[in-house]
Amino acid sequence: MSDAPEGLRRTAPRADNQDPALFGQTPWQTVGPFFHYGLPWKGGADLVGASGIGARPDLFPAEHDVLHLAPPRGPVTGEVVALVGTVFDGEGKPVPDAMIEIWGANAAGRYHGEADTRTGIPLDPGFIGFGRAAVDARGGFRFLTLRPGRVPLAPGDDRRQAPHLAVGVFGRGLIKRLATRLYFADSEGNGDDPVLALVPEARRRTLLAPRIAEEPPTYRFDIVLCGDGETVFFDL
Amino acid sequence: MSDATPRPRGEPGQPPSLFPPYRSTVLRSPREPLVRIPPTLTELTGPAGTWDALMGPAIADLTRHGRGPGVALGQRIVVTGRVLDEDARPVPDTVVEIWQANAAGRYIHRGDQWNAPLDPNFTGTGRVVTDGGGRYRFTTIRPGAYPWGNHRNAWRPAHIHLSLLGPAFATRLVTQLYFPDDPLIEIDPIANAVPMPYRNRLVARFDIDVTEPNHALGYVFDLVLRGRDATPWEA
Repeated sequence: MSDAPEGLRRTAPRADNQDPALFGQTPWQTVGPFFHYGLPWKGGADLVGASGIGARPDLFPAEHDVLHLAPPRGPVTGEVVALVGTVFDGEGKPVPDAMIEIWGANAAGRYHGEADTRTGIPLDPGFIGFGRAAVDARGGFRFLTLRPGRVPLAPGDDRRQAPHLAVGVFGRGLIKRLATRLYFADSEGNGDDPVLALVPEARRRTLLAPRIAEEPPTYRFDIVLCGDGETVFFDL
Repeated sequence: MSDATPRPRGEPGQPPSLFPPYRSTVLRSPREPLVRIPPTLTELTGPAGTWDALMGPAIADLTRHGRGPGVALGQRIVVTGRVLDEDARPVPDTVVEIWQANAAGRYIHRGDQWNAPLDPNFTGTGRVVTDGGGRYRFTTIRPGAYPWGNHRNAWRPAHIHLSLLGPAFATRLVTQLYFPDDPLIEIDPIANAVPMPYRNRLVARFDIDVTEPNHALGYVFDLVLRGRDATPWEA
């Protein structure tokens, strides 16, 4: 078969994703309400064990359930904690179609991956530190993870941060991820944490999760997207 | 210590969180200014290279992804491109997750109850990891447009959702791919949250060289993740 006839253009010029004049950050768009059969895998909310929490297979037919079940990763080193909370909108109503991601250091204070070059601090072969959970029909989530160790502020800056987790919030009506942080209200180091110090004092409490139960130690971190008691969100 | 005054980052191509024409944003977007923080070790790191243990193994062909031996209905397409940083350097070994409606514009999700048929041979979700050149590639079917409840006679343009992590917590991106020459884009509140000309970054380009003879139409869509912010912490 011959190629296209001579004189026919093969691609029309137009302003789109491939226009060099438009090169730059890809804009964010919402996850919408229908992400549950694709994004949250089974076990995404259990960073330390082999349970299937974090997914919502009740939201689509079983014959289309192709979600991954995270395999057991072996024992972890450190203190297991539970993180629970509810996502609320600007009228105080639970948000049933949100998704939460967390990212945290291991118990020794080392992040998984090559970007944390502090090889003198041990990695934990059973722990990655990244979790993802779709909230339930009442806007609730529950993660099982390790209490993170303290980490330095930045490469070349050894001021220590208090134990914390980076938290991302997604959902219908959220065009962009909202980024926040969970700190442990009863932890050492909160008083001189350099990031908390940038937050207006009256709003810091929205980032400090109180301990509400034991076995495992359980911390409550409600997320208010808008209005009274609005959670502090960061421009990273 | 750095300037404690919260200030917006000011990337002109990014949409705001509050965009009232997309009604669901009104009660779900912060009213307080975001608190600007220079990147810490937390934001500069991420779960790179662990995708199989997290989301699971690759699903690159969505057209053969029902439970039976059948093939999905609809216009078969290839969607491919590169994941790059803001300096146009490839981002290798990073996960690209996608999900979409079927050819009739229907999601398998129980929350999607409009009167269009489900396809037993199409689930509509996939994931791949970029190669050394930052390239990814899916085979799928072109999704249909569908109505939604934002306002009277509102229709979403045909789109594919994409989710990327990139090398760090700070490089996270979730976006939507649109198709060229779709008249619904310019009247869609979600697409319109991105101002022109940046909205055009969300429109894939049909490419005859990516098109596979006698098999599938080809579309190219590159994804550009945030670069690393050079703003340092002040000791």
